[in-house]
Amino acid sequence: MEKVLTRHIGQGMNPPRLVDYQQSGGYEGFRNALRMKPAEVVDLVKASNLRGRGGAGFPTGMKWSFVPPGEPGQVRYVIANADEMEPGTYKDRWLLEGDPHQFLEGMMIAAHAVQALTGYIFLRCEYTLAARRLQEAIEENTRANLLGKNILGSGFNFSLHLHSSAGRYICGEETALINSLEGRRAVPRAKPPFPQVSGLWGKPTVVNNVETFCNLPHILRHGPEWFIGLGLVKDAGTKIFGASGRVKTPGAWELPMGTPIREIFEKYAGGMQDGYRFRGFLPGGGSTDFLVEQHLDLPMEYDVIGKAGSRMGTGQLIVLDDRTCPVAMVLNLVRFFAQESCGWCTPCRDGLPHAGHILMEIEQGRGQARDLEKLEGFTRFLAPGNTYCALAPGAVEPLQSALKYFREDFERHIQQKGCPYRH
Amino acid sequence: MQERIEMITLEGRTGSADGLSPEEAAEILAGLSQYPDNQAMSIEALKIVQHHRGWVSNESLKAVAAFLRLSPEEVEGVATFYNLVYRQRVGTHVVRVCDSVSCWIMGCEALVGELQNKLQLTLGETTADGRFTLLPGPCMGACDHAPVVMVGDDYHFDVKAEAIDALLKPYRQKPL
Ligand SMILES: Cc1cc2nc3c(=O)[nH]c(=O)nc-3n(C[C@H](O)[C@H](O)[C@H](O)COP(=O)(O)O)c2cc1C
Ligand code: SF4
Ligand code: FES
Repeated sequence: MEKVLTRHIGQGMNPPRLVDYQQSGGYEGFRNALRMKPAEVVDLVKASNLRGRGGAGFPTGMKWSFVPPGEPGQVRYVIANADEMEPGTYKDRWLLEGDPHQFLEGMMIAAHAVQALTGYIFLRCEYTLAARRLQEAIEENTRANLLGKNILGSGFNFSLHLHSSAGRYICGEETALINSLEGRRAVPRAKPPFPQVSGLWGKPTVVNNVETFCNLPHILRHGPEWFIGLGLVKDAGTKIFGASGRVKTPGAWELPMGTPIREIFEKYAGGMQDGYRFRGFLPGGGSTDFLVEQHLDLPMEYDVIGKAGSRMGTGQLIVLDDRTCPVAMVLNLVRFFAQESCGWCTPCRDGLPHAGHILMEIEQGRGQARDLEKLEGFTRFLAPGNTYCALAPGAVEPLQSALKYFREDFERHIQQKGCPYRH
Repeated sequence: MQERIEMITLEGRTGSADGLSPEEAAEILAGLSQYPDNQAMSIEALKIVQHHRGWVSNESLKAVAAFLRLSPEEVEGVATFYNLVYRQRVGTHVVRVCDSVSCWIMGCEALVGELQNKLQLTLGETTADGRFTLLPGPCMGACDHAPVVMVGDDYHFDVKAEAIDALLKPYRQKPL
């Protein structure tokens, strides 16, 4: 397959400096964008069918089109969500470390499309190598007048800043991210107003995921039809898929949208390690529902994975093997989300620790038969619409699907008064 | 560190640098130019002070607040929210073991056990010589190399319990 996002990324390859990046067609997409009217760039991205790679798959062009038209020079912001803390997810770090210019070019195209004067990269604290490389690339661009005032004589001004975070998963939620960037506690904001209308410091703001931005240079360079043609299914482009857990060769791979899950699991991840059997997987990070054997032949396509009862999320599989206790795995996940809850709304703040406590009781052999009903109650209680943001609904997705696919494991814990996986 | 510094201002936005070192004040001032107001700099300012002093004491916090013309309560509200702002003294090297799902599947619990043995402490504690603090940490974005341990800013991939001594060795040898 043609490599697009990872054409400069691989073993033994260094991230291209500005000269090398430009020699291989870099910033051509941005130059094309500068020759177009902002609204034309938005339309082109709409036509490309690019969907956000941050987890929800929201159409990017449509998101941008919600930015209200304004006076030239009006303050607007574009923000890169580089907080990447979804358990099981490591694609954005790879893209940032491997090809910082590709990512910057994407942000610059987005900035021109929504006429933002200022951009912030909200980077998770641990990604210090990415931080150094981004800072270098920003400096290179500033010297080359690719950033700053009157960029390449076009009249477009754009300055870009790196903001390194200080922890907490909730910062990845876009309105919490905005609060954090303003120097506040990272609690989500009510929507509406959506950030595109009133975001950072009350100004129109577009927040996109790192991988989303990385696609833009190629769309602007080769056009929407080419981009749509990359996908094997209705979804356009390529995607960084990955797999972790007890697979032979865990990793991340750029593959066409619509690649069958079995191909990712068997061909790229190499199947299970010797001595381990496959039981199921979370298709796109710790906040997605389990899928099992019967789903392996499905394509990685937003709507198909949705219909199967899960979400493509970040597209990075977490594989469950036959020697890992599914109850303990769900307990690990629920504990993560309980710990990372921002504490703003009661169902999430109180509900997740409570669900975690019940899971711990079951796992340690003190479970009661009615505990499974209680857990099911929690999955309804914390469903979308009942909490202030999507953290809590995401947190119960692995739980609700584990209760469906691995129910006998829960029951065995209760009957045997202990974990059958511990020796 | 605590020498007196005259008022340093960025377009009149900052107050006295009392209680900050010249380097700290200069770094905070440089960072401020990225943002339209002082509050946005509060988290980064705490990180700058932490970088120089190892952690954020009450005195450090007050100095940051005064410099940014924010109330200490505002800055404390932020400081306590973010887990990578240390409001207690920590060791020179903070060892964080990822305990999220992929690392858990790949055996992070054994690593925690081994680290506790080798460092003679339990999670959350600091060694008597102030060299190491051991903490659990959330998914570190390297799950294809699980289990993952971070020491300060350094990533350690595919860590095996048998290799803990070798992993710690360079940090044991660094002067405190
Ligand atoms: C609790 C929570 C955490 C999130 N974390 C991230 C994250 O780390 N990175 C990310 O890109 N999106 C994250 N999101 C999704 C963002 O809110 C937002 O939808 C996304 O950044 C939009 O980018 P996209 O349209 O390009 O996908 C998170 C959402 C929630 C509810
Ligand atoms: S659902 Fe959880 S994380 Fe989201 S606002 Fe409520 S308490 Fe905060
Ligand atoms: S789960 Fe440990 S690095 Fe992601």
